[in-house]
Amino acid sequence: MPTLTFIEHNGTAHQVKGDIGQSVMQAATFASVPGISADCGGACSCATCHTYVDEAWLGKVQAAEGMENDMLEYAFERRDSSRLSCQMIISEDMDGMVLHLPSSQF
Amino acid sequence: MTLASVVIVGAGQAGFQVAASLRQEGFDGRITLIGDEPGLPYQRPPLSKAYLLGKIQATNLLFRPADFYTTQRIELLHDQATAIDRLNRRVVLASGAAVSYDHLVLATGAHNRPLPVPGAELPQVFGIKTKADADALAPLAKEARNVVVIGAGFIGLEFAAVAAALGANVHVLELGERPMARAVSREMSELFRQAHEAWGVHFDFRQGLSRIDGDNGKVCAVQTGDGRALPADLVVFGIGVIPNAQLATEAGLDIENGIKVDASLLTSDPQISAVGDVASFPCLQNNELHTRLESVQNAIDQARTVAARLMGKPAPYSALPWFWTDQGNLKLQIAGLSHGYDSTVVLGSVEEHQASVLCFRNDRLVAVESCNRMGDHMAARKILARAPKLTAVEAATDGFDLKAWEAANRD
Repeated sequence: MPTLTFIEHNGTAHQVKGDIGQSVMQAATFASVPGISADCGGACSCATCHTYVDEAWLGKVQAAEGMENDMLEYAFERRDSSRLSCQMIISEDMDGMVLHLPSSQF
Repeated sequence: MTLASVVIVGAGQAGFQVAASLRQEGFDGRITLIGDEPGLPYQRPPLSKAYLLGKIQATNLLFRPADFYTTQRIELLHDQATAIDRLNRRVVLASGAAVSYDHLVLATGAHNRPLPVPGAELPQVFGIKTKADADALAPLAKEARNVVVIGAGFIGLEFAAVAAALGANVHVLELGERPMARAVSREMSELFRQAHEAWGVHFDFRQGLSRIDGDNGKVCAVQTGDGRALPADLVVFGIGVIPNAQLATEAGLDIENGIKVDASLLTSDPQISAVGDVASFPCLQNNELHTRLESVQNAIDQARTVAARLMGKPAPYSALPWFWTDQGNLKLQIAGLSHGYDSTVVLGSVEEHQASVLCFRNDRLVAVESCNRMGDHMAARKILARAPKLTAVEAATDGFDLKAWEAANRD
C-alpha cells in the first residue's frame, strides 16, 4: 500500500495510504484531504482535483497530456508540474510521492 | 434559534454533499443522512458507462469509505422516510422510528419514468438508476446479441455506446427526431448520430414501441410503433425521470414540477430546504423560471449553497449549470443552458467529432457544447460565469478561438 503525502497550500501535510489501481484523487478524497473538491468524481470533467507533483517526483510520473492537459489550461494557477489527480493511477513505485495543493480549485 | 440537528432525506450526490459540506463549514451538531439504498453513498454517473464495462470497481463508486461517516459523525440510516411531521419537526421512517430536526433537507432525487408498454415487466428490461440496476444489467449486457435502447437521451446513448463496444447489435428507438434533442443543439445531435452510426448503432427516430414480446419469460422482440418486430434479448430504457416529491407533497409543501424552492433553496416551509434533482428553483440562466436540473454540478453546488446558509452565510443560488456525458471515445461537455437558442456558431469539425457549438439567444451567448474540446468547455465556463459580451458575428469570424477570446476578455 503506497503512502502519498499531500501538502496543503498552508503547509499542512497529510499522509495517505492508497491502493494500487486507485486514483490519486480518490486516495485523497477517501482520506478527506482538504483542498481537493473532485466534483465530477474522477471523470476528467471538472478540473477540481488539481495537484502539483513535487519536483523530486517530476521525472517519475508522466506530465499531463491530451484532454487532461486541455482541462488544466483553465485550472487555477497552473504550473508545469500540474496534474489532475483523478488521472494519476497509484502504482507501487509511487510510494512516498509528494503532491502539493493549489490555493484554490476554482 | 441555534441549529443543533440537520436531517437529510436522500443519500445520493446532493444529500451526501450537504452532510460533507456542513462538516467542512464547521457545523458541530447532529447530522442524520437517510438513504433507502443498501451500502454507502455512491456516485451514479459511471453506472451507465465505465462501471458497466468493468473499467471501475464498486469501491471506486463510493464518495467516501465507511470510516468517514464515523469520524465525521454523520449518522447514516438505511431507511425510508414515509412522512414529515412539520408541526413537531420530525421525519417518520418506514421502520417506525422518527428523527427530529431543527432543519430538514430534502434530497430525494428522481426515479425513472417507467416504460408504459406490455412486456416492460420482463426481467431483461432495464432502466439504469441504482447500483443494483447496473449490477443486474452488467452480466446481461456482456452476453446480449440484440439490444434495443428506448430513448436517445444521455443514459440511453451512454448505454448504446457500451453495448456496441461489447459487440451487440444495437437499435435505438427515439420518439423525437434527433439524439439528445432536449439537451443539445441540432449540430451536436448530428455529431453524435454520426458517431453512434459509425460504431454500428442503428437509429429509428420519430418511433416508439407498442410492446415487448417474451418467450418463456425472456425478452425476444420489441414491437415498434409502426408494427415491425425488432429481435431483442435485452432492452434498456431511458425516457426521463420523475422527481421524488411525494413526501413533500403529502407534507403540504409547494410543488411545481418538483419541490418548489426560492432563490436560497428554501421550500415553502422555512425549516425545510430542497436540493438536487428534486428541487425546482428559480434559475438565473433560464430567465428565473422555476427549473429542475438533473446533474452532478447542480447537486453539489446546491448542497454547498444550503450548507453555507445553515452556517450563517446565505447567498442566492446562481451557479452556472454544466453537464457531461461520455459515449464511446467522445466526451460531451455542456456549459450553460441552450433553452430557446436562436443561432449557433460551430468551431472545429463535426465530421471529425471534435467540435464546439456556441448557442446564442438574441445574440447573447447562452451555452457552449463541446465534444472532445475540453479547453473550449473550460473557457466557456469562465465566459458564461459573467454576462458574456461575445457576439455570434465575432464568433463566426475566420480563425476565431474561444480560449484566446476568453484570455483576452478577462476584464
